[in-house]
Amino acid sequence: MIDKIFSNLTRFSALLVLFIVAWIFTELYNQSLESIHAFGFDFITKDEWAPNLDKFGAYAAIFGSVASTFLAMLFAIPVAIGVAIFLSEIAHDKIKGFFGVSVELLAAIPSVIYGMWGLFYFVPIIRDIFGGMGIGLLSAGIVLAIMILPFMAAVTRDAMNTTPDILKESAYALGGTQWDVIKDVIIPYARAGIIGSIILALGRAIGETMAVTFVMGNVHHTPSSITDPTTSIPVTLANEFTEADSSLYFSSLFGLALTLLIMSFMVIAVAKFYFLRKERRGS
Amino acid sequence: MTAVEKRVVVNKIILALSTLSAVIAIAFLFWILGVLVMKGVDALNWNIFIFEGAPPGYEDSGLKHALVGQVILITLATVIGVPLGILAGTYLSEYGKNSKLAHFIRDISDIMMSAPSIVIGAFVYAIVVMPMGHFSAWAGAIALAIIMIPIILRTTDDMLQLVPGTLREAAFALGAPKYKVIMDVVYRGAKAGILTGVLLGIARVGGETAPLLFTSFNDNFFTTDLNAAMPSLTVTMFNYAISPYEDWQQLGWAAAFILSMFILGLNIMGRLILFAGKRK
Repeated sequence: MIDKIFSNLTRFSALLVLFIVAWIFTELYNQSLESIHAFGFDFITKDEWAPNLDKFGAYAAIFGSVASTFLAMLFAIPVAIGVAIFLSEIAHDKIKGFFGVSVELLAAIPSVIYGMWGLFYFVPIIRDIFGGMGIGLLSAGIVLAIMILPFMAAVTRDAMNTTPDILKESAYALGGTQWDVIKDVIIPYARAGIIGSIILALGRAIGETMAVTFVMGNVHHTPSSITDPTTSIPVTLANEFTEADSSLYFSSLFGLALTLLIMSFMVIAVAKFYFLRKERRGS
Repeated sequence: MTAVEKRVVVNKIILALSTLSAVIAIAFLFWILGVLVMKGVDALNWNIFIFEGAPPGYEDSGLKHALVGQVILITLATVIGVPLGILAGTYLSEYGKNSKLAHFIRDISDIMMSAPSIVIGAFVYAIVVMPMGHFSAWAGAIALAIIMIPIILRTTDDMLQLVPGTLREAAFALGAPKYKVIMDVVYRGAKAGILTGVLLGIARVGGETAPLLFTSFNDNFFTTDLNAAMPSLTVTMFNYAISPYEDWQQLGWAAAFILSMFILGLNIMGRLILFAGKRK
């Protein structure tokens, strides 16, 4: 009797996870129906976002999300791979331990603090160098890059560390330099894991709200240069959700949320199923 | 230059670049940590714990409202999320095992773990705040719990699987029903691991701002009413930081420091428990 209750309770909880995910999709879809009916595909191709005229086109926000994530990847990937190489092939054990602790420290810092730091310390530097307000795509990209760097470096290092020593040793025995071993043995061996980790970091960056809300500007315009203020999907949601006053406005914001969810779901699913499958089964 | 010389030179350049990138990364990270500690310690004083929010310019302003609100929100989220997460993890490890359904749930839950937290906030707004007609602590706690469940599920699943099958068989051989085996043998064996998972889950959720923006919203005054908007450290920090008032910005840094220390403490505690459990 109790046995039955307990097993059903656990099954119910597990199925609840599936149910919640399905519910999130259907609820966001239902809430955005009004906007979908009103705008159709124009919603994602037009960039006129004018609440006073009841016109909502999300192109600028989608562009901002993609562009800021792209910039963040551009800055973070080479540095992360460099750090990963340093940690797995060059650094002394003590430095490895020290860096491990630093990564944990940084993982402990809420993303809103990266945003605060960006606003008070980084934006002025960008302003001095490039002029303008300092708030915009470039600042957002750099703050995002710094935020995902520890995570990206740590998972890339883990992927590189899966290379069996015996493979590396045989390459050294043939007279390879460290770089030869890295580019011809370690990177090919760990390629799927490295790409998967990078895509996973991308998935995090695209949905990140607080780190970029401070430094993006929330201006609904497709920017003409990377130092122009613009917006992204999470930034728009964070700034306007509590201010929306018409049902079409609300519905359009839910449409944005649904767009973001679908984007991040696809990115993460690709990373998980295509690149990290082997690793996942092994663990 | 011979081919060998060239390779040696290229090797040196690449290794130097890679060391340089590590130095750059560490420099940025210490810059942020340094700012956080300096600004935070600078802004800390006893008034922060005694007084609630006040208009800018007042001497007697503090963060009591946000601190208490944060504790209430996290406690509620833990009470909702942890049992569901542990039960779901138990199903995967003890009942579902390698079935297709169990693997499917694991995959979906993993994807959930990386879902944008602001979207969860929008979802909870639609299902809780809109029907109720106002912001509430419940809504905030539910949003946090939804983020927490996949984390707890994953660690519970992993930790229960580490308990040796022979222990379960021994308990079954004594005639114990399955729930008793799970409760008294499997849970006991995986106690440290589950606790670590719970602490890490709390730490993860504690730093979330985005899902609270339009669920528990914010309040500049002390409240314990779960049916009303509830202040939190993170949202307070956000509002104070973007305000033009210097004393509010100071409070924002104090909040940032307190929250980071709290989350760091949870992380360290979680790892110590796991470490102590392993050594036994």
